[in-house]
Amino acid sequence: MLIRSLRDEGVECIFGYPGGAALHIYDAIFRQQDVKHILVRHEQAATHAADAYSRATGRVGTVLVTSGPGATNAITGIATAYMDSIPMVVISGQVVSERIGEDAFQETDMVGVSRPIVKHSFMVKHASEIPDLVKKAYYIASTGRPGPVVIDVPKDITAPNETFPYEYPERVKIRSYTPATRGHSGQIKKAVQLLMEAKRPVIYAGGGVILGNGCDLLTELARMLNYPVTNTLMGLGAYPGSDRQFLGMLGMHGTFEANTAMHHSDVILAVGARFDDRVTNTVSKFCPSAKIIHIDVDPASISKTVAADVPIVGAVDSVLTDMLALVKESGEKPDGEAIAAWWKQIDEWRERHGIYTKSRYRTDGDKIMPQDVIKTLYEVTKGDAYVTSDVGQHQMFAAQYYLFDKPRRWINSGGLGTMGFGLPAAMGCQVADKDAVVACVTGEGSIQMCIQELSTCAQYHLPVKIICLNNQALGMVKQWQDMQYDSRYSESLYEDSLPDFVKLAEAYGHVGMKVTKKEELKAKMEECFALTDRVVFMDISVDSTEHVYPMHVAPNGSMRDMWLSKTERT
Amino acid sequence: MRRIISVLVENAPGALSRVVGLFSQRGYNIETLTVAPTEDPTLSRLTLTTIGDDHKIEQITKHLNKLIDVVKLVDLSEGAHIERELMLIKVKASGAQRAEVKRCVDIFRGQIVDVTSTLYTIQITGAADKLDAFVQAVGDAAILEVVRTGVSGISRGEKVLSL
Ligand SMILES: Cc1cc2nc3c(=O)[nH]c(=O)nc-3n(C[C@H](O)[C@H](O)[C@H](O)COP(=O)(O)OP(=O)(O)OC[C@H]3O[C@@H](n4cnc5c(N)ncnc54)[C@H](O)[C@@H]3O)c2cc1C
Ligand SMILES: Cc1ncc(C[n+]2csc(CCOP(=O)(O)OP(=O)(O)O)c2C)c(N)n1
Ligand SMILES: [Mg+2]
Repeated sequence: MLIRSLRDEGVECIFGYPGGAALHIYDAIFRQQDVKHILVRHEQAATHAADAYSRATGRVGTVLVTSGPGATNAITGIATAYMDSIPMVVISGQVVSERIGEDAFQETDMVGVSRPIVKHSFMVKHASEIPDLVKKAYYIASTGRPGPVVIDVPKDITAPNETFPYEYPERVKIRSYTPATRGHSGQIKKAVQLLMEAKRPVIYAGGGVILGNGCDLLTELARMLNYPVTNTLMGLGAYPGSDRQFLGMLGMHGTFEANTAMHHSDVILAVGARFDDRVTNTVSKFCPSAKIIHIDVDPASISKTVAADVPIVGAVDSVLTDMLALVKESGEKPDGEAIAAWWKQIDEWRERHGIYTKSRYRTDGDKIMPQDVIKTLYEVTKGDAYVTSDVGQHQMFAAQYYLFDKPRRWINSGGLGTMGFGLPAAMGCQVADKDAVVACVTGEGSIQMCIQELSTCAQYHLPVKIICLNNQALGMVKQWQDMQYDSRYSESLYEDSLPDFVKLAEAYGHVGMKVTKKEELKAKMEECFALTDRVVFMDISVDSTEHVYPMHVAPNGSMRDMWLSKTERT
Repeated sequence: MRRIISVLVENAPGALSRVVGLFSQRGYNIETLTVAPTEDPTLSRLTLTTIGDDHKIEQITKHLNKLIDVVKLVDLSEGAHIERELMLIKVKASGAQRAEVKRCVDIFRGQIVDVTSTLYTIQITGAADKLDAFVQAVGDAAILEVVRTGVSGISRGEKVLSL
């Protein structure tokens, strides 16, 4: 009944791992063809893969795990999806109803353990409820502000000794849940007015624009007004990365021009972005002269850290459609002169310290620079790959130097910052689109957190490309130790204990490549992507002393206070 | 500022733990909490008092509203409302103290609901500050045990919190 409900919900693929409490469900999977199952090597990977499947397609990812250790292994992945508002349904097996609460074998209170990191959860009490609960779970996961939903299923429920008429509900109604859709028309009018009067506007767009499929609308609005756009780490791809109006990412490792423009702006249009502390730097010093319009589907996101002057609760697609209509209808135009002056100022900032007008890192040494690896990746994949990432310096370099022109191509863990995300995420993208070019940008630290998935890639022929920026260190940690702890590298180095990644890849039946010379980087990268049907692990030795810049000065800095290199400060 | 928030939640397993969990997870404090089913068996009514500035209270109500099990809520302290709490309190009462305590109970319009030769068990209802005042009046030295139900409240006039 469970698998049938999933099929009727339109689920094509489950990522999971079996075990005692889930065996009846696994038997049902065996006896059907419609729903595919990918057997991972660790439940954490199942959640990351399902999560990335969702990020890449916009559909809800599905995970199936057993009780106890299976369920707890899934926790990191659930938290990762929760922090980035990713729709996902996690079905966990549970011990038989009668044994619950007795510390039975492999019993964990999954509903309790996952409570703070789910949008909602259900414990199935009776087999007849299954279709209804499945429908509700997918509905809750995918509407409003999306998020993970857990369904905990005691084993006896999956092998009831009575039968029930099966009917999958067409619709759900939950009286206590009515996600916002349309924004308040009065507020939208106010917002448009404020926007049209702006002299130094910035559009600050986040992951919500991608989640809510508002990218085309946002692009249309930005182009119509000729206003500059910056994206959060989660919003990359919401506005074309190679467009002239794009200022790059903002925030802690955002570009000089994006952060400086934000600081000096008079009107900020924040769309599907949540004023994260990695963006704002010191909240009390955030954009002192800006009036803030904030569009978000979750009222709790609005005025959470930074107070909004014009709050609009609503879904991006609906609100942006209304805004566009209003702008067109009014026939008004922005203040052309002021906007031209604003662009002149921004272009001057770009020229001065922008990372896209000139390389701001050392290019004369013989070491491979991590930035150049990403630039080469961009060239070789023509900017059109799915790029998943782990967490660390490599992630920031990827965010800065791979210009995403389309949404749902940049797949990374922003809110939780989960090392180990990249490889399973790449699998999720490849499962979603088997012909796609999928690159996992990772570090030698992160990749080892889910390296076992190389085996899953072999079993299901998922030819992902692993681009490992090997700096022989937990680089992001080391950077902070350089900057704040006088280079005392406490536990951020491995003392020659790293594995031979080429041999490791080969042991799993994949192709391994080691790159140590600058001159061979491009050719090797081309060779890697020419092997379209193979998993390739590129172990690239990069300059281990390099830092990510710009970087916000903290604590007590404002948006415009940045380190631009090891020695240069704004 | 102290606030009284009244919440209608689905009478579903786990609903209460979600509400309580929200407070600990987000670092809000709960001063008092009462829950009981309503006339509609599918709904429970939960009253909680908490302390915080306007911004904090706004976040609390937004996050409570986000919980799928929460059907409706109202911040009673925003308007005229009636607030009641019940207290049972055991106090020493022997010799001259006996009359003294009795007088105090009368002033606060409480009732003595149980007696022994050395103590009174007293019941008092009222707003929380009235109960505080009684506790103070009797004095720490005399008090043996205090049990309070926590605040429950309802708005004055026509306003009702229902589906
Ligand atoms: C090492 C590291 C460094 C980082 N550095 C940076 C940095 O320099 N810059 C940076 O920006 N981030 C950085 N981050 C990421 C940061 O932690 C946050 O994850 C990120 O800033 C949040 O992005 P967001 O504001 O777009 O919100 P998201 O987490 O993407 O949230 C989306 C918002 O949109 C709303 N929403 C969802 N759906 C809709 C809809 N349909 N309609 C309307 N609204 C909707 C949601 O309610 C939510 O408020 C870093 C992370 C790591 C791990
Ligand atoms: C699971 C987990 N543990 C710890 C951290 C803290 N952390 C953030 S970046 C980082 C270093 C990552 O090293 P590596 O993958 O080699 O990337 P690099 O920074 O060197 O590019 C660590 C330990 C984390 N984000 N996730
Ligand atoms: Mg590293």
